[in-house]
Amino acid sequence: MIENCDQIFVLLRHWLVSFLPAAWQQTAGVLLSVATIVCLFPALFALTTVFERKGLARIQNRLGPNRVGPFGFFQPIADAIKSLTKEDIVPLSADAAVHFLAPVLLVITVFMGFAVLPMGRNMVLVDLDAGLLFYFAMGASSELAVFMAGWSSRNKYSLLGAMRAVAQMISYEVPLLMSSVVVVMITGSLSLTKIVEAQNHYTWGLPHWYIFTPWGFAGFLMYAIATTAETNRSPFDLPEGESELVAGYHTEYSGFKFALFFLGEYVAMFSISGLGTTLFLGGWSAPFSFLTWVPSWIWFFSKLMLSIFVFIWMRGTLPRLRQDQLMNFAWKFVLPMCLVNLLVAGLWRFMGDGWLRWVVCSAILLLAYAGMGLGEMRKQRLGPRSYRYAE
Amino acid sequence: MSVVFYLLAALTVAGGLAAMLLKNTVHCALALTVAFAGLALLFLNLDAQFAGFAQILVYIGAVAILVVFAILLTRGSETPKDGVFSRTWLTGLAIAAAVFAVLGWAVIGSARVLPHETAVPAVTVQQIGVALVGRYVLPLEIVGVLLTAALIGAVIVAMHEKVEHEKEEQK
Repeated sequence: MIENCDQIFVLLRHWLVSFLPAAWQQTAGVLLSVATIVCLFPALFALTTVFERKGLARIQNRLGPNRVGPFGFFQPIADAIKSLTKEDIVPLSADAAVHFLAPVLLVITVFMGFAVLPMGRNMVLVDLDAGLLFYFAMGASSELAVFMAGWSSRNKYSLLGAMRAVAQMISYEVPLLMSSVVVVMITGSLSLTKIVEAQNHYTWGLPHWYIFTPWGFAGFLMYAIATTAETNRSPFDLPEGESELVAGYHTEYSGFKFALFFLGEYVAMFSISGLGTTLFLGGWSAPFSFLTWVPSWIWFFSKLMLSIFVFIWMRGTLPRLRQDQLMNFAWKFVLPMCLVNLLVAGLWRFMGDGWLRWVVCSAILLLAYAGMGLGEMRKQRLGPRSYRYAE
Repeated sequence: MSVVFYLLAALTVAGGLAAMLLKNTVHCALALTVAFAGLALLFLNLDAQFAGFAQILVYIGAVAILVVFAILLTRGSETPKDGVFSRTWLTGLAIAAAVFAVLGWAVIGSARVLPHETAVPAVTVQQIGVALVGRYVLPLEIVGVLLTAALIGAVIVAMHEKVEHEKEEQK
C-alpha cells in the first residue's frame, strides 16, 4: 500500500500506456511524462506568483492581492487573461526574428533542465550518466536568451540591463559549478539518481544528506548564493530591479512574451531549487528514518517549496546589491571559498571515518571564512554608524 | 549513414554558412551558435554523452556569449564601409581547400587503420575521469597552464586599459 502510494505516478503511467500497441508504448510513456512536467510546473508557477505577492506583502505589513477569489488565490487567472489579451508591441527598429526567438529559447532551455531531476523514487524522465553536466549545459544556454532579448530590443537601457544580467550570470556560474563538483567528488558519479541514492541512508535515524557535513553545508550556502544570482532574484536582482526603476532586458516585451520571460524565470527557480535539493538536501529521501512511509515525491516537492519560500523571504528582507558589490563578492569571496571547499572535501574523503575529520574540516572552513571576511572588510574603511534625522 | 546524421549535418553546415553570409554581425554570431549546437547533437548521435554536453556547456554557454560580447564592445555590428569580402579571397579559398584536403585525407586514412569493432564501446564518465588523470595527465596539466596564462593575460590587458585611462584623465 505504501509502496503503491510512493510509485503511484509510475504505475499510472504504465497503466495509461498499456492501452497502446507495444511498439508505441515507450514513446507514449516519455511523451506523457513530458506533458506532465510541462503542465505541472507552470501550474506551480501560478501558485508561486500568488504566494510571492501575498508573502512579500505580509513581510511589508500590507495585504497583497485579495480581490480575485478567496484571499486573492485566483489572481494568477486574472494575470493570465491579461497577458494573453494584451497587444503584442514590437518596436519598429527591433530585430524581429531575434526578438521573437529570445523568450522561446529561454523557455525551451529552462524546461529541458527538468529532464534529469529525480522527482521521486524511479521518477526520473531520463536517467543520464552525465545528468548534472546536462543540467548545467541547459542552464548556460539560457544566458544566451537573456542577451538576445536585450540586444534585439534596440534600446540602450535594455542592452545595458542585458549586459549586466549576463555578466552577473557568468560570474556566478563558476561558484555554482564548483559547489556542485564537491558533491560529485564525494559521490563519484555525475548521475543525479546515484547522488540521491548515496544520501538515502540513515544513521541513528538521521539521514546522510550532504548538507549535514561541513563541506556540504558550505557547498550548500555557496550554491544557494549562486542560484539566487543565476536566477536574478533579490538581493541580486539589479538586472530585474532596473525594470522597476529604469528598464531591463525585457522592457520591450509586452503581453504574452513578457509572461513567457516571467514564466521562464520562475521555472528556472524551481528547476535550480530542485537541483539543489537533489545535490545537498537528499532529493526524495525522508528526513528521519521513521518517516520513510511518506511518498518520496511529497518530500521532493516539499523541499522544493521550502526553497522557494526561502527565496521569497530573502526577497522581502534583504536590500539589493550593487553591480560592483555583486561581482566583487563573486570573484573575491565565493570563488576562493569554493576552492577551499574542494580541498576540504578531498581531506574528508581521505581521512577516513571518525570525529577527527569533522573537526579538521569544520576548522579549515571556519578559518577560511573568517580570514577572507576580515581581509575583505579591512579594505572597506567603514566608519562608525551615523544617523540623520529629518528636522 | 542515417537520416538523423544527414539532418544534423545539414543543420551544422547551414549554421556555418549563415555565420559567413549574414550581414549583421550579431546574427552571424547567433548562426555560429546554431552550428555549435549541431556539432553537439552530432556528438550525442555518436553516443558520446560527455563530449556532447561539454560542447553545449562550453561552446554555447561560454564561447558564444564571449563572441557576442566582443562584437558589442568593439562596435562591430555596424556594416563596414569597404564591404565584407576581402580582395585576396582567391588565396584564402586555396588555403582553406588545402587545409580541408589534409584533414579529409587524415580522417579517411585513419578509418582504414582502426579495427572494425562490432559493438559501440559504452564509455562512462568515470572512465573518462580515470583516463584524464591517469594516461592523459600531461595534456590535462598543459591545458590548465594554458588556460591560467590566458586568464592572467586577459586581466593584465583589462588592467592596463584602466591605468592608461587614468593617466589620460590626469593629463
